Amino acid sequence: MTEPIIEARGLTRRFGTLTAVDALDLTVEPQTIYGFLGPNGCGKTTTVRMLTGLLTPSAGTVSVLGHQLPRDAERLKRRIGYMTQKFSLYDDLTVAENLRFVAEIYGLSQRIARQRISELLSTYALEPMHNRRAGRMSGGQRQRLALAAATIHQPTLLFLDEPTSAVDPENRRDFWERLFDLIDAGASILVSTHYMDEAERCHRLAIMESGHKRADGSPAELMAAMGAHVVEVEAPNLRALKQQLATLPEVISAAQLGSRLRVLVQERIDDPINWLKAQSLRPVPTGLELARPSLEDVFVTSTGHHAGSSTSQARQQEIGDRDADHENHRAQAGTRLKASDRANKGTDLEHSGTTDNASLPAGGPPGARAEDRSGNNPR
Amino acid sequence: MNGLLQSARRILAILSKELTQLRRDRTTLGMVIMIPLIQLLLFGYAINTNVRHIPVALVDQANSGLSRVLTQTVEATQVVSFTERYADITSAQNAIIEGRVRAAFIIPPDLSQRVARSSSVGAGLQTPASTDEQTSRPVAQWIVDGSDTMIAGAIKSLRAMPLTELLRRPANRSTPTFAVALFFNPEQRTAINIVPGLVAVILTMTMVMFTSAAIVRERERGNMEMLINTPVRPLELMLGKIVPYIAIGLVQTTIILLLGHLIFGVPLHGSLLALAIATLAFIGASLALGLVLSTIASNQLQAMQMTVFILLPSILLSGFMFPYEGMPIPAQYIAEVLPATHFMRAIRAVMLRDANLDQVAEDTLWLLGFMLLGLLLASLRFKKRLD
Repeated sequence: MTEPIIEARGLTRRFGTLTAVDALDLTVEPQTIYGFLGPNGCGKTTTVRMLTGLLTPSAGTVSVLGHQLPRDAERLKRRIGYMTQKFSLYDDLTVAENLRFVAEIYGLSQRIARQRISELLSTYALEPMHNRRAGRMSGGQRQRLALAAATIHQPTLLFLDEPTSAVDPENRRDFWERLFDLIDAGASILVSTHYMDEAERCHRLAIMESGHKRADGSPAELMAAMGAHVVEVEAPNLRALKQQLATLPEVISAAQLGSRLRVLVQERIDDPINWLKAQSLRPVPTGLELARPSLEDVFVTSTGHHAGSSTSQARQQEIGDRDADHENHRAQAGTRLKASDRANKGTDLEHSGTTDNASLPAGGPPGARAEDRSGNNPR
Repeated sequence: MNGLLQSARRILAILSKELTQLRRDRTTLGMVIMIPLIQLLLFGYAINTNVRHIPVALVDQANSGLSRVLTQTVEATQVVSFTERYADITSAQNAIIEGRVRAAFIIPPDLSQRVARSSSVGAGLQTPASTDEQTSRPVAQWIVDGSDTMIAGAIKSLRAMPLTELLRRPANRSTPTFAVALFFNPEQRTAINIVPGLVAVILTMTMVMFTSAAIVRERERGNMEMLINTPVRPLELMLGKIVPYIAIGLVQTTIILLLGHLIFGVPLHGSLLALAIATLAFIGASLALGLVLSTIASNQLQAMQMTVFILLPSILLSGFMFPYEGMPIPAQYIAEVLPATHFMRAIRAVMLRDANLDQVAEDTLWLLGFMLLGLLLASLRFKKRLD
């Protein structure tokens, strides 16, 4: 088995009294896309910054590409690429000027720089606008430019911090195609996101919440091992039904999807449909039907499941209103998906357990596969 | 050797990036030209320490031919203009309080007797005994708003003015104790002293301002997170950032000195080489200071505030407005810390007094030391980390 490219143990970062990242263990295998999924403020960016050597961890050890951080941060910089959350190239320089600047900073020779720039311009479809200033480009174009700049020195490891937050679904799909191309070329990628559809494309995923890792595994594994049943119901007054469901301790969450309510019931209930029917709910739910778990369900379940067991201060406050908390995650995760995107992917999401594997590149990374099977089951 | 080459390439990359950005920033580019131009014209004309035509009131209690001649003689000095006339002293005092006039000239009713006996006007050739009530009495009185020392000084200069017109005979001029020869600016034109000083003030303003904003701007726009993830070293970033501004500083100096010469007739007595070296040292020191500020400030507004904090003492304590020697010792120590003070001394010495490089070496070396220290401090303070 190959050496992991990122190995973090007990990674912790505190800002004053706030613990942004709490005792994070992380292993990233080569030639995989590893995703961080979590709501805003859960510590994704802080983790990425610690892994790139930008932030010094308060505790824990990190080794990236064999370099101990923060000690070897400078040596690491030549081997990694980093695409920041906010566009960080120069708005008042043109596409070509930006790329040339980055190439020179990385010490690429004139000849190689010219060659790389023309390669990147065509790979990322930036050729027609190579003389346009970065500030006058659309979100998708800028994102492609940022990715081109981050990969100009052909890094072994690429960090992408919410790379597609300002990009429409169409461009997002293209963007991910490019990422898989990079994986095929031998790179590894660590990406943070709060989009479910993006998370599903990762080989492996860590679900983050308030600085803690709540689950870790491939999307398929996570969905298979989710400790909950998914039941979809219909009713005349969904809002009223939802409020009643929220009071039941066995119900993890209930979220409205159009005219249906998606109810997550704890796994210990053997027959959730009949169990739900046995509850004296008003209005009476109809059309009860078991559904395949989606990543969003995994997200809600895993971030809620640990709510009571965590000792961190931030968690304690949330226990008081557990269901409201789930709703928040639901809402946050849900609204991230553009309306049109959701309509298109409505069914796709439900069956993503199977489609996800199909979407992996054919020659998928062997290391990741072995790791998937060898356990490390999601909690 | 290879590392050095790489380093040079990175500096060059930052430098050319700065130049491209500067070329596209029309406002900043406009300021580079307009700031020295406007300030030179404004201050060159406006600042004048030879006070003229101070508005004063006249209280003529004698109201005679003699008093009118006296008034005309005083006005002929051009130091004052009689803008108001009052019958009594109280009204004149009120006019001073209200600020309509800065002083009042009071001619007593017994003017003719005073003039006839006054030794100051010329009765007799011997030195008058100051104890003599009759002969030592002044002919008239000034009431002055003494709060402004420059106005007070100008009117005090009238105290011993000769009144030859009054009696149509030569004054009893006593021989001066000292002979005074005014070198370098015999006509006592203020612009001669102001224009070289303006170079120091304007360069302090623009150089510190541009560089203090330079690093902060990268941070504010989010470029810094990308930059610190590259192999670029802090010193390389600093050098790449300041080099374009050295050229700008030289352009501004040329504008000020050329126009100062053409419009205000400010001479350049010293060697151009000495001037160039001192100026470069000062530009370097100011840029380094700006870089240090930019590592402290977290946004451009803060950088601007810090620039003003440096600029004000550079104008008021450096010797630009008021003589350095007149300040109390602690203030002189503070002024010594400011690069502007050292440059003020050096540029005036070279331009006005034809000092050679040796004679301004101390200040020039101090500026160079300041620059190196500033660069070092800024590079050390600049962290390639976010914490």
